[in-house]
Amino acid sequence: MTTAPPTAKAAQTPYTLNATARITAEAADGATDLPLLHSDGPFSFRRLRPYGSQAHICILNTMSAPHNGDRLNTEVIVGPGADLHVTSAAATVALPGPVPRHAALGVNLRVADHARLRWLPEPVISAAGSDLRQHIRIDLAPTARLVLSEQQILGRAHEPSGRLTSRITVRHGGRTLLDQHSAYGPGLPGWDGPAVLAGNHAVGQLLVIDPAYRDPQPDTQILDDIPVRAHGVITPLAGPGVLLTAVAPDAGDLQRCLDAAFAHLGLPNG
Amino acid sequence: MHLHHTDPALTDIIPPTAPRPGGRSGPLRIGLGGPVGAGKTATVAALCRRLRDTLSIAVVTNDIYTREDAEALLRQAVLPPERITAVETGACPHTAIRDDISANLEAVEDLQERIGDLDLVLIESGGDNLTATFSKGLIDHQIFLIDVAGGDDIPRKGGPGVTTADLLVINKTDLAPHVGADLSAMERDARAARGSLPVVLTCLKDQHGIEPVADWVCRRLADLTAARS
Amino acid sequence: MSSVSLLILGDGRFPSGGHAHSGGAEAAIAAGRVHDTATLEDFCRGRLATTGLVAASLAAAAATGYDPLLLDAAADARTPSPALRRVARKLGRQLMRAVRTTWPDPELDRLAAALPAGAHQPIVMGLAARAAGLTPHDAARAAAYDSVSGPVTAAIRLLGLDPFEATAVTARLTGDMENVAGEAAGHAARLPADGVDALPAASAPLLDITAEQHAAWPVRLFAS
Repeated sequence: MTTAPPTAKAAQTPYTLNATARITAEAADGATDLPLLHSDGPFSFRRLRPYGSQAHICILNTMSAPHNGDRLNTEVIVGPGADLHVTSAAATVALPGPVPRHAALGVNLRVADHARLRWLPEPVISAAGSDLRQHIRIDLAPTARLVLSEQQILGRAHEPSGRLTSRITVRHGGRTLLDQHSAYGPGLPGWDGPAVLAGNHAVGQLLVIDPAYRDPQPDTQILDDIPVRAHGVITPLAGPGVLLTAVAPDAGDLQRCLDAAFAHLGLPNG
Repeated sequence: MHLHHTDPALTDIIPPTAPRPGGRSGPLRIGLGGPVGAGKTATVAALCRRLRDTLSIAVVTNDIYTREDAEALLRQAVLPPERITAVETGACPHTAIRDDISANLEAVEDLQERIGDLDLVLIESGGDNLTATFSKGLIDHQIFLIDVAGGDDIPRKGGPGVTTADLLVINKTDLAPHVGADLSAMERDARAARGSLPVVLTCLKDQHGIEPVADWVCRRLADLTAARS
Repeated sequence: MSSVSLLILGDGRFPSGGHAHSGGAEAAIAAGRVHDTATLEDFCRGRLATTGLVAASLAAAAATGYDPLLLDAAADARTPSPALRRVARKLGRQLMRAVRTTWPDPELDRLAAALPAGAHQPIVMGLAARAAGLTPHDAARAAAYDSVSGPVTAAIRLLGLDPFEATAVTARLTGDMENVAGEAAGHAARLPADGVDALPAASAPLLDITAEQHAAWPVRLFAS
């Protein structure tokens, strides 16, 4: 972890956080080893009990972050044949900060051939006055598998949302399979209107990439076993993957959409 | 009453070598238009039943509400489902057959690709008003249908459908006594409004009620074949 | 270059099949989310800022002469809804048919041959603009306008809105459309250096979700 360099003006210049946490997973004798597990900044990694050959890491948010101005990164490499499951213990709350700059949260996930990554963190919550730009970059080898969820809650209970943008870019076998950018919050045109969220302040995605989805391509599934105020569809991408897109009035209803999607896709939840 | 009246002069009305727009090839395309309830879907169904054993036919429907007409045809099993396509018209059935024919052209081409050896494509417009006509970019000939119960003053009122369609069909002649319509006045007004263009009267409830229309369609096919040879 | 060409390309009566598509408005109206000119304006503003920006960027990019097949793959990656991918290709094929007659050009012929099932519509629009002698910025304007005019026209038909009020909605969004077109043209200009991954990927969750719901309706007035 580094902080902004102390200068003569240190008294006037508030500190911002720069941190890069790293995980490397490798297959070894029917298990998954974690030769690199480097906690940094707010991200503290805990090993949980492995499940068969799958290693399980839980991310603890051990300090209040990100605040506006912070630069936080997570780099994950899952080596050939390795199997890694990552969860988090608490939501990431984006908060206002002492500088007028946005915070940046980068997540880089690389999954090698025959490897599998389940990346299922708790939601990102955009507190009033915060400004967070998130970019999740995923690079998958042709036979890699991925299960990834992303949940965004716009405002802590009933407070106005901060500004939260999130881009997810998935490269698969060298070509871009999915590229999505969402931008919500004050000052952004139409974000809360009838084309985008229509007052729903919980948005989620569940992305599953698996070579098995190539043939046959699954059909679209419109979720109907979810709360009436929520909407969710699971759609086949233009490649070997499916994506749940869900919106809901609150975090609880959104979680029920994700639960329903896990069940539809026959995937273990959590 | 002349229920199965066929105009003897019909054959000579349409120049058999009328050029097709864009030098197009492929099946003969006939559009069927007319007000709601005139019997367009029933006519398409009857034509299919009458001609399907001798011709390879497909149908495109332009319903106001997507698929209703297509599903009626499917229910009546007049053609296998792969030969029937529905086109959405964005609440404007008129536009889809005249001003912007893109979706209908696509539907025709998809059918040609799917079926291969089509002789005849019938394009049924959504129920519209008396001004609805087809673009020459979409069809070779158009049939306009009105019905006796719609009012016996319709031929007199005219409108592009009644006056310019290649064939005018006055349908449901059996209803004339029940609705107090004067059939001979309808026919006389229609002929006056259309000059030399043909008019037929039909009652699809009769066993051979579709014959005058089927004959006319067959002659248009013969014209096309002659023009190509 | 002639501004009249831009008017022709952007004309709602340009015969390229757009009249049967509501741009998601039919679903939003059925759900009660769009019910008057104010909610229509909100709808259009959101659509313009998301899928409108992506469409404008793809159109501008295609108008620079950038490889349309790479752009088409980028459009697929930015369209997670298969219903919207189908619609984009269908509209692309219909637009292709219209512009090959209005502005004949070998580049259009090549793309039509390479993607017989249709390229994403904004890419065809960009190539059409190029064939008509328009700039990438104009191509972006046409696409931005298209992303607004479709829902407005559909709302007039579906809600019986006062057509003057509805057209005023479009007029009030002029500044938004210009901003989107300018941003899109900027992205297109940086394309040789940045590659397609740098093109905007703005998404609207409800447009994606309701497009799938709408495609599953047994009866509907609009194709999308």
